[in-house]
Amino acid sequence: MKNIAIGILTAAALGLMASAASATTLDTVKAKGFIQCGVSTGLAGFSAPDDKGDWQGIDADFCRAVAAAVFGDGTKVKFTPLSAKERFTALQSGEVDILSRNTTWTINRDTALGLNFIGVTYYDGQGFMINAKKLPGVNSALQLSGAAVCVQSGTTTELNLADYFKANKMEYNPVVFEKLEEVNAAYDAGRCDVYTTDQSGLYGIRLTLASPADHVVLPEIISKEPLGPAVRQGDDQWYHIVKWTYFALLQAEELGITKANVDEMKNSASPEIKRVLGQEADTKIGTDLGVSNDWVVNIVKAVGNYGELFERNVGSGSPLKIARGINALWTKGGLQYAPPIR
Amino acid sequence: MQEHDMSWVRTEMVLAQPAPAGVAGLGAWVRRNLIASVGDTIMTIIGIALVAMTLPQIINWAFIDAVWTGPDRTVCATVTQGGIQPDGWSGACWAFVNAKFGQFMFGTYPIEERWRPILVGILLVVLMVPMLMPSVPRKGLNALLLIVGLPVVSFFLLVGGAFGLQHVETARWGGLLVTLSLSFVAIVVSLPLGIVLALGRRSKMPVVKMLCVIFIEAVRGIPLITVLFMASVMLPLFLPPGVTFDKYLRALIGVSLFAAAYMAEVVRGGLQAIPKGQYEGADSLGLGYWQKMYFIVMPQALKLVIPGIVNTFIGMFKDTSLVTIISMFDLLGIVKQNFSDANWATAQTAKSGLIFAAFVFWLFCFGMSRYSMYTERRLDTGHKR
Amino acid sequence: MASQEVLREEPSRASLINNPTVRGILYQCLVVALLVAGVWWIVHNTIVNLTNLHIASGFTFLRGRAGFDISDTAIAYTSDSTYGRAIIVGLINTLIVAFAGIITATIIGFIVGIGRLSKNWLIQKICTVYVEVFRNIPPLLVIFFWYSGVLAVLPAPRDSVHLPFGSFLNQRGFYFPRAVWGDGSWLILVGLLVGIAMAWFVARKAHLRQMATGQQFPVFWTSLALIVGLPLLAYVLSGFPLTFDLPKQSTFNLTGGFVVKPEFLSLYLALSFYTAAFIAEIVRAGIRGVARGQSEASAALGLRSGQALRLVVVPQAMRIVIPPLASQYLNLTKNSSLAIAIGYPDLTATTGTVLNQTGQAVECVVIMMVIYLAISVLTSLLMNWFNAKMALVER
Repeated sequence: MKNIAIGILTAAALGLMASAASATTLDTVKAKGFIQCGVSTGLAGFSAPDDKGDWQGIDADFCRAVAAAVFGDGTKVKFTPLSAKERFTALQSGEVDILSRNTTWTINRDTALGLNFIGVTYYDGQGFMINAKKLPGVNSALQLSGAAVCVQSGTTTELNLADYFKANKMEYNPVVFEKLEEVNAAYDAGRCDVYTTDQSGLYGIRLTLASPADHVVLPEIISKEPLGPAVRQGDDQWYHIVKWTYFALLQAEELGITKANVDEMKNSASPEIKRVLGQEADTKIGTDLGVSNDWVVNIVKAVGNYGELFERNVGSGSPLKIARGINALWTKGGLQYAPPIR
Repeated sequence: MQEHDMSWVRTEMVLAQPAPAGVAGLGAWVRRNLIASVGDTIMTIIGIALVAMTLPQIINWAFIDAVWTGPDRTVCATVTQGGIQPDGWSGACWAFVNAKFGQFMFGTYPIEERWRPILVGILLVVLMVPMLMPSVPRKGLNALLLIVGLPVVSFFLLVGGAFGLQHVETARWGGLLVTLSLSFVAIVVSLPLGIVLALGRRSKMPVVKMLCVIFIEAVRGIPLITVLFMASVMLPLFLPPGVTFDKYLRALIGVSLFAAAYMAEVVRGGLQAIPKGQYEGADSLGLGYWQKMYFIVMPQALKLVIPGIVNTFIGMFKDTSLVTIISMFDLLGIVKQNFSDANWATAQTAKSGLIFAAFVFWLFCFGMSRYSMYTERRLDTGHKR
Repeated sequence: MASQEVLREEPSRASLINNPTVRGILYQCLVVALLVAGVWWIVHNTIVNLTNLHIASGFTFLRGRAGFDISDTAIAYTSDSTYGRAIIVGLINTLIVAFAGIITATIIGFIVGIGRLSKNWLIQKICTVYVEVFRNIPPLLVIFFWYSGVLAVLPAPRDSVHLPFGSFLNQRGFYFPRAVWGDGSWLILVGLLVGIAMAWFVARKAHLRQMATGQQFPVFWTSLALIVGLPLLAYVLSGFPLTFDLPKQSTFNLTGGFVVKPEFLSLYLALSFYTAAFIAEIVRAGIRGVARGQSEASAALGLRSGQALRLVVVPQAMRIVIPPLASQYLNLTKNSSLAIAIGYPDLTATTGTVLNQTGQAVECVVIMMVIYLAISVLTSLLMNWFNAKMALVER
C-alpha cells in the first residue's frame, strides 16, 4: 500500500519536475545541454543583467568558461539570480550546477554547508565608503565611531563589521537590508553615513549613486574576502572540471594566449603552449578531465584569458576601473597562481 | 365623470413652481452638504485646506513639471546633480518609466520573442471580455477556454521549446507578465482547491475534516513571506537528490496553496448560509454527494460569496508583489531593480517608478472591485431584507 | 431518521462497498495512508539530502554566537549574544510594531469609517478616496512609499528639526529625551498600580450604584485623577527621582536619548494606514448594519446625537464589527513580516539572517512558522473572548 502510494507520488512529482539525476553532474549537464549557473540579483562587474537581459560580469563569464570547456560553446549556460539567502540551498538541492555569485570562501561554508569552493576568482576585502561632501575630514575607518552603517544582511560583511567595530572599541548603528539595491537606495538617501561591503562592490555601487563624485572609498580593508565559485560536495569530477577551468584561464594569461591569438598559438613552437591547448599528439589531459582535448582553446575563444576577463568586466575596460592589485598573476606580484597543466 | 361648467374650477394642473431658493440650487446644496452646522463648517474648512495643500503639489509634480521623454538621467537631474533641470526642480521622471517600459511589462524576455506574451495578453482580453459581459451567450464554452484552454496555450507560447518556438526559461520572465501570470494561475488553481477544502472541512469524516482544518488554519496563521521562504529554501530539500523545481513554479505553488486556504473559508461561509432544506431536498431526490454539491448546493453558495471570492482575488493579486522578496522580478521587483541602473540614477527615479507600479496595481484591483460590485447588484435576486 | 438507517442496512449486506459508513472509513484510511506516505517521503528525502551534504541538523545552533548586530533591540543584545536571542529580539520587534500598528490603525479606521458616512460631502469624498487608494495597492508598495517618503522629507542629522522638550527629528529617526529613573522611583510605580486599582474599584461601585438608583457618577474624571494624581504624589514624596537623558549632537548623529528609527516609523505608519482603509470599510458596514430605528428611537428618548452614537449605535455596531476586525488585526501582524523589505529587524528578518549565517533552513523556517502560528492562535483566542463578552445577552 505504502509503496504503491510512494510510487504514485513520485511519478506525479517527477512529471512536474526537471529531470531526475542519479548520474554525475557532468552527465546531467550534458543531458540537459546547458549549465545552470547561480548568480547574484545584480552586482555591476560580477553578475548583472544588461539592457537586453544578458548577464555580464566576472561571475557570469566564469560560467560561460565552464560551458565552453564542457560543450565547446560558451553560450550553453542559463543563469538563475539568487539572493544571499537562497544561494546555498539552491546549490545544495541541485537547482544550480555552479554557484558563481561573489561568495566568500570560509571554512564554515566548506564544512558545514556542504560546498566545495574551487578557488579564488577575485581576491577582495571589505571596505568602507562615505559621502566626503557631507563628512569632510573623515579619512580613516577609525574615525567612524557613532556612525550609521549600511550593510547587506546574511553576509560575511555583516559579521566582519561587527567584529571590526568591537575590536576597535567603537560604536555604530547597523542599518541592515536584505537586498543590495535596497542598501544602495538607503545610502543614497542619506539614511546612513557609511556603506560597507567588498571594495570591488563599493566601486561598482558608487557608479549607481546620484552623484558618484561625492563619495570616497576609505583606505582600510578590514577583512579577507576571497570570492570564488562553489560546487556541491560529493562529485569530484565536476569539481575538477570547474576548478581546472579557473586554472586554465590563469594559465592562458600566463602564457600570453588571448582570445585574438588563440588560433595562431595552436601552432606555437613552445611545447608548454601546445600541451595546454591540447595540440600534443595523443594527449589525454582533456579526456581524463571529462571534456574534449581542445577545452582550453574553447574557453579562451569564449571569454578570453583571466586578464581579459578581468579588464573587460571590472578593470580598465569597464566603468568600474579597478586596478589588478593583488589579483594580478603571481609573476606580476599578485596572488593568482595556477598549478601546471600537464 | 360629468363635465363642470363652473368657470372657477381649473381644468388643467398648475405648473410646478420652482423650489424656494433655500432648498434648491448650488447655495442650498452647499448649505446642506458643507456648512450644515458649526462643526460641519470647521470640518469643511479643514478638508478644503487639506485638499488645497496637497492637490496642486501632486498635479504639479505628476503632470506640469514632469519629464515625459528623454535618453538618460540628465533630463531628470538638476544642474548640480549633472543634469539639465534648474536647481530646486522637482517633477516626475516619466522618461525613466518610458525608457524601461518594455522591461516593466516583460522583464528580460528576449525582445524578438516578445510577440508571444503580447499574443497571450490579447488572447486573455479576447476571452475575458465576453466572460465578463453578462449578455454574451455560451458562457460554458467561454469559461472552459479561459480556464483550461488559455493556460495550456499560454504555457506553450510563453515557455516555448515546442512547435519550433525558442525555449525561454522562467528566470527571464519578469514585470507585469509575472504578476499577471502568477495571479491568473493562482486564481484558477485556488478556487477549485478552496472548494474541495471547504467541503472537506464540512465533511462528516473526522480524519478528512481534521486535516482540512489543520491545513486551512495553519496557512491562514502564517504570513505569505514565510510560505514563499519555505518554497524557496526548504522545498528543494524535500525532493530526492538531483530533482529540482523551477523557481517560478515553486512561487506558483506557494501562492496557490496560500490563496486556497483563504478561498476555502470564503466558500465555507457560503455553504453555511445554504438552508438545511436544500441538502435534504437533494437527498430526497436521490442525488449522490457530488451531484448534490454540483447541482444544488454550490451554485447557490458560490453566488452568495462572489464578493468574498473577488476580494480574495484582489488580495492575491496584491500578494504576488511579495515574490520580489524571494528575488523574482514581478512588476514591483523589476521596477525596484531598475533603480540601481546608473543611467537613470536621480532623486526622482524611485518615486516615479513606485508611483507607476502603484498605479498599475491600483488599476487592476480597482477594476476588479468595481466589477464585483456590479455583479453583486446584478445577481441580487431580490432577497433584500 | 434512525428507522431510515435500519431500512438502508438491509441491501448493504449484499455489497459492502455501497455502505456509506464502510466507504467513509475506506476513504479515510486511504487519505491517512497517502498522507503518511507523503510525509515519510519528504522526511526521508530531507534526511538523505542533509546527510549527503554533511549538514548538521537539530536546534543546537541556537546556542551559538550570533556575531551580527541588530539595529533595533528592545532587550540587551550584542554580537556576542546567541542566535536564539537574536530570534527573540526579532519576535519582540514584531510584537511592538504590530501592537502599535493595531492601535493607530483602529483609531484612523474608525475616524475614516465614520467620515465616509458623514453628511459633509467633502469629508465623505476625502475618506472615500483614501479608502479606495489604500485598499487597492499592495502593502509592500505602501511600505516603500512611506520609507522613501520619510527619508526624502526629513533633513540630514546636522540640520535636525528641533522640537519642544529637547526632541529632534532627522533622517536617522525621531530623538526624544529618555527618562532615567533614580532611587525611590519604585514608589511611582506603586502609586500608578494603586491608582489603577482604585479607579477600577470606583468604576465598579459607580456602575452598581447606577444600576440600583439610576444616579450617575463622573467615573472618567475620577479615574483620571486617581491614575495621574497618585504617581505624581509619589514622585513629589520620593524627592523628584526622575532625570532626563537628552539627545546631543556628535560627529555623525545625535547621541543619547531615545530614538525611534525611520524603519520602524515607516513600517508602523504604512501598516496603520493600509489596515485602516480596511477597518474603515468594516466600521462603515457595522454602523450601517444598525437599524435606522435605533437612532430614531434614541432621539425620541431625548438622547443627543453624540450620546445616541456612543450609547446606542456603537455598542450594537461593535457586534458586527469585531469578528472581521479580529482578522484585520491578524492580517496586520502578518503583514509586519514585510519589514524585511526596508530593513526593520522583525522576526522574519532576524530569523532570515540566522538562516543565512547558519544554513539551517529547515529549522529556521519551522521556528518562524511556529511563532507566527502561536501569535495568531493567541490573537484569535483573545478576540473570541472579547467577542463572547460583547455578544448580545438575551434576557
